[in-house]
Amino acid sequence: MGVTGRYARRYARVVTMPTTLTAFADVTTSDSALRRFLHGLPGVDAVGLEARAAALGTRSIKTTAKAYAIDLAISMIDLTTLEGADTPGKVRALAAKAVHPDPTDRTTPMTAAVCVYPDMVATAKAALNGADVKVASVATAFPAGRAALPVKLADTRDAVAAGADEIDMVIDRGAFLAGRYLETYELIKAVKEACVREDGTAARLKVIFETGELSTYDNIRRASWIGMLAGADFIKTSTGKVGTNATPANTLLMLEAVRDFKAQTGIQIGVKPAGGIRTTKDAIKFLVLVNETAGEDWLTSEWFRFGASSLLNDLLMQRQKLSTGRYSGPDYVTVD
Amino acid sequence: MSESTTRLNVFKTYKLYVGGKFPRSESGRVYEVTDSKGKWLANAPLSSRKDARDAVVAARKAFGGWSGATAYNRSQILYRIAEMLEGRREQFVREVGDAEGLSKSKAAAVVDAAIDRWVWYAGWTDKIGQVVGGANPVAGPFFNLSTPEPTGVVAVVAPQESSFLGLVSVIAPVIATGNTAVVIASEKAPLPALSLGEVLATSDLPGGVVNVLSGKASEMGPHLAAHQDVNAIDLAGAGEALAKELEIAAADNLKRVLRPQPVDDWSADPGTSRMTAFLETKTVWHPTGSLGASGSSY
Amino acid sequence: MASAFEYAPAPESRSVVDIAPSYGLFIDGEFTEAADGKVFKTVSPSSEEVLSEVAQAGAADVDRAVKAARKAFEKWSALPGAERAKYLFRIARIIQERSRELAVLETLDNGKPIKETRDADLPLVAAHFFYYAGWADKLGHAGYGANPRPLGVAGQVIPWNFPLLMLAWKIAPALAAGNTVVLKPAETTPLSALFFADICRQAGLPRGVVNIIPGYGDAGAELVAHPDVNKVAFTGSTAVGKAIARQVAGTGKKVTLELGGKGANIVFDDAPIDQAVEGIVGGIFFNQGQVCCAGSRLLVQESIHDELLDSLKRRLSTLRLGDPLDKNTDIGAINSAEQLARITALAETGEAEGAERWSPACELPSAGYWFAPTLFTNVTQAHTIARDEIFGPVLSVLTFRTPDEAVAKANNSQYGLSAGIWTEKGSRILAVANKLRAGVVWANTFNKFDPTSPFGGYKESGFGREGGRHGLEAYLDV
Repeated sequence: MGVTGRYARRYARVVTMPTTLTAFADVTTSDSALRRFLHGLPGVDAVGLEARAAALGTRSIKTTAKAYAIDLAISMIDLTTLEGADTPGKVRALAAKAVHPDPTDRTTPMTAAVCVYPDMVATAKAALNGADVKVASVATAFPAGRAALPVKLADTRDAVAAGADEIDMVIDRGAFLAGRYLETYELIKAVKEACVREDGTAARLKVIFETGELSTYDNIRRASWIGMLAGADFIKTSTGKVGTNATPANTLLMLEAVRDFKAQTGIQIGVKPAGGIRTTKDAIKFLVLVNETAGEDWLTSEWFRFGASSLLNDLLMQRQKLSTGRYSGPDYVTVD
Repeated sequence: MSESTTRLNVFKTYKLYVGGKFPRSESGRVYEVTDSKGKWLANAPLSSRKDARDAVVAARKAFGGWSGATAYNRSQILYRIAEMLEGRREQFVREVGDAEGLSKSKAAAVVDAAIDRWVWYAGWTDKIGQVVGGANPVAGPFFNLSTPEPTGVVAVVAPQESSFLGLVSVIAPVIATGNTAVVIASEKAPLPALSLGEVLATSDLPGGVVNVLSGKASEMGPHLAAHQDVNAIDLAGAGEALAKELEIAAADNLKRVLRPQPVDDWSADPGTSRMTAFLETKTVWHPTGSLGASGSSY
Repeated sequence: MASAFEYAPAPESRSVVDIAPSYGLFIDGEFTEAADGKVFKTVSPSSEEVLSEVAQAGAADVDRAVKAARKAFEKWSALPGAERAKYLFRIARIIQERSRELAVLETLDNGKPIKETRDADLPLVAAHFFYYAGWADKLGHAGYGANPRPLGVAGQVIPWNFPLLMLAWKIAPALAAGNTVVLKPAETTPLSALFFADICRQAGLPRGVVNIIPGYGDAGAELVAHPDVNKVAFTGSTAVGKAIARQVAGTGKKVTLELGGKGANIVFDDAPIDQAVEGIVGGIFFNQGQVCCAGSRLLVQESIHDELLDSLKRRLSTLRLGDPLDKNTDIGAINSAEQLARITALAETGEAEGAERWSPACELPSAGYWFAPTLFTNVTQAHTIARDEIFGPVLSVLTFRTPDEAVAKANNSQYGLSAGIWTEKGSRILAVANKLRAGVVWANTFNKFDPTSPFGGYKESGFGREGGRHGLEAYLDV
C-alpha cells in the first residue's frame, strides 16, 4: 500500500537489531543456566492469550482471500496416517492423495508431505515416485517417547536412511516436567545430529512438545525455546494421540516464540500445529494467526504445516464450492 | 467539694488543633464565646483562610498513613477516643451544658451518646468494606472485586446547634473509613470541639487526621470548598445560602458534596450513609483462566 | 499491511437496518416534531453520508418530555417490582433479537467497527437490561433499606462514544428502581436511541416511562435545569460535568457524573509481554480511543521500554483501519469533524512540545473523519498529551523506574477513572492496585466491562457508580 492519506504519517519502522544464536550460547552450558533462562522468559497470561487467539478467529475470510487460504492450507498439509493398522496399501493410497488431492481438478495443489511411521517411509517414498511431496516420518519412540536414547536415535537414523525428508520427533515430556531441561535440549540436539545423512545433507527436524501434556502455556513457551535453541527446524504442538492437540492459543504462543527467535537471532523456524484441525474454517483461523503474528514470511509450506488427515477433504469440498458455486458432499472427494 | 474562696480558677486557653499541634490562629484573632445566657466563657481563635490552608496540608500529609492503616488499627484508635472521652466525661458535660444551655443531666446524656457514637464507628471500620464491597460475578474468566476506599481529605462544616454530639457524628464516619478531616466547629459553640482536639491528641490518633478550626464557616468555607486538594465537603452545618455557595465552589474540582440534611435527633441510629458519602468504590479485575492449557475447566 | 494474504472485503450487510429519512422526538410514547420545528442531520462519520434528519429538542420539548415522564411516574413507580422486571426482561430479549440490526445501525451512526458493536456494545447492552431487570423486585435486598423509593424523573444526558451502551447504563437501573426517564442522546449519534424507542414500543412499555429527546448541549442544559427533574445522570466531558455540578447546587437533585480520564497503563518488567501488548492496544485503540477509561498513558518500566515499544509498533502495523462495516476492520472512523480537529490539535501540541510521534504506515480513506493510530514516545508528565484527555487513538508513552514512581506518576492527574497493571507478581498487583486512585483497575487485562461490576471515577472523573448493586444507589432515594 503506497497511498498516504490526509492524516497518515509514515515513519521508519523500528526493528530490533538481530543478535545471533551465539548470544544464547551461555544459556545451554548447564542445567541451572538453562533453567534460569527459561524461567526468565516473559510469562503467559492464559486468558489474554486465548482472547487474542479467539479475536483473530473472528476474521472474516471471503472470496479471493478464501481461495488463496484454501490452496495455501492444502499445500501446507502433512497428510498423516499413524495407525497400528497402517499397511503398504493404506500408505500408497495416502501418497496418491497427497499428489492429486482432487482427481477432478488438477489445479489443486499437492500437500506438503505425507507423514508416516518409520517402517512405512520406504513405501511412501516409492509411492510418491519423485513427486514434490516430502516424506515425513515420526521417530524417537513416537508417540510416548518412552525409550532409551540409543533406541530413539536408531529409530531416527532408520527413518532417514529409508529416505525420510523430515523427522517428527517427540520430546521426553517426563524429563521436561521433572525440570530436566538440559536433558530435553540434549535429546533434540542428538536427534538433530541423527538426521544428518551420509552425504552431509540432513532431514528437517520437527520437534513435537505434546502441548496437551505440558499443560501450561508457560511450559509451552519454555519448550519452544528449548527446541529452537537445540536446532529444531520446526516446532510442533502435538502427536494427535492425546486429548488436547493443536489449539489456536497454543499455536499462537508458538508463533510468538518463532517470531521472537527470528527477531533475536535472524534464524527462522517453522511451526506445525497437529491434531484436531478438521475444517476449512479452523485451518483458515490458523492461517490468520500466522499472518498476523509471525507474518507473511511464514505463509509457505516451508515454514508452516498442518498435521492432519481429515482436514484435506473438507478443504477440497470448500474449494469445489468456491469454483462451482454449489455446496459439495463427501461423495465428491476421495475416501482414502 | 468545698469551694476555696482564696483560689482563683485557672482558665483554659482554647487553641486550634492542626497537624497534631495546638496552634493559635495565624491571624492572631480571637472571638468571644458565651454561654446560652450570654456569659463569657472563653476567647476562641478566629481562624483565617490561612489556618484552613494549613489544616488541609496537615490532613493531606496524614492521609497516606491513616488510609493505609489497617481497619483494625483504626478501630482501636476510635475506641481509644471513646475511652479518653469517658475519662474526661465531667469536663465535656460542663462544656456541652454551657455551650448548648442544657441541664447537667441532659448534657450528660449528650456526652454519653457522643462517647457511644465513637464506639459505634470504632466497630464499623473493619466491617464497612464487607457490607458495601464484594466480589462481582462477571460473565467471563475474571476475578472482580469492588472495595470501598476513602475519598481523601474531607472538609466538614460541623453542625451549628449540636456542638458535640453533632460534631462527633460528622467527624467519626469521615475518619472511620480512612479519610482525614478539616473541621469547622460550630461558630457560636466551638469549645467542645476545641476540647475534643485535646482528646484526639491523646488517643493515638495520628496528627493531621482530624484538624479542628474555630471561627466563621462563611469565612473559611469558601476557601475549603474551592481548595483543589480537598476531595469532599460535608455541609452539615451550613445554612441554605452558604451551602449553595459552597456546593458551587466545590464543583471546581468535583468534590463529593454531602448536602445539609435536617437532623431532628442526633442520637438516632446514624446508619451508614455518612460513611458511604465519602467512600469511593474501586473495582479491581484480574484474569482467572484455567489451570492448564489442556482446556479442562474443572 | 502488504501481505500475500490480503483479506478480501467482508462487509456486514447494511440491509438488516432500515433507517427512515427522518425521526421525531419520542415523547409520551409517540414520535413528535420539535415545538419549533427544528431538525438536524446525522451523518455517518466514515463517509459523511447523511443518514437521517432528526427533530432537535428545544426548551419546550424538554418541558413536554419531563411532564410526560412525571405523569408516567406515578403508575410506573407503583407497579409491583416484578412487573417492572418483566418489562426490562422483554427489552433485553428484544435487544438480543435485534442485535445485528442495532450493531449495524450503531456502526453507521458512530463510525466504530462492526466487530466492536457486534461483539462488545450490543452484548453488553442486552446484558445490562437483563441484569437490572432482576433487581426491580429485589430492591429491598440491595442494602438501601427495606423499601427504598425511586427518585422520580431522571434527566439523562449521554455521549456519542457508546450511544446505545450508555443508554442502557442509564435507563436500565433507572427503570428498575421505578423512575421514569428523559434521555438526551448526543447530537452526532441519535439513531440507536430512537430505535430503542421503537423497542420500548414493541415491549409495550407504558407511555411516558421512557422519553428520548435528541438535541444539542442546550437541550441537555435545559433538561438538567428543569425544576421537575429529580435526578441528573451525565456521561461526558469533565467541563460539562462541572457546569452541571454548579447548576444543581442548592437543589435537591441527585447527581451522578461519569467524566473524563487519563488512564495509566503500567507495565512492569516482569509483565506477560505479549498479553500486555494486546492490553495496551485494546486499551487505547478500542473505539478509536474515544473511551473515557482508555489507557491513554502507557507507563513502562524503563528497563523494558525499547523491547516493549518494538513489540507495540510491530503490533500496530497489523491494525486494519477502514470501512467500519467490514468485519475485519480494527480501527474505524472518528465520530465527528469536531472531535477529529481536537485530536489533531492535541497531537500537534505533542509534537510541538517535543514528544516523538510515530504511526504505522496507514492509508486513510478519502471521505469521512479518520486518524491513524499514533504513539508518542519521550513523553513526560509535563507534556500536555500526558495530562489532557485526547479522546482519540493517541498513546503517550512515559517511563518509570520503581513501583513507587509508577504509582506516583499514575496518580499525578486530575482524573481517576481507570488504570492498568501488568506484572506476573501477585503481591505487586495488589500493592499497586491498592495505591492507585482510580475507580477501575484492570490487572493483566484492560477495558473489561460487565453489568455486575461498578464503574466510575475518583477525583475529576466524576462521582457515583454505574453497574452492579452500586449502580442502583444513583436511582434510589437514599
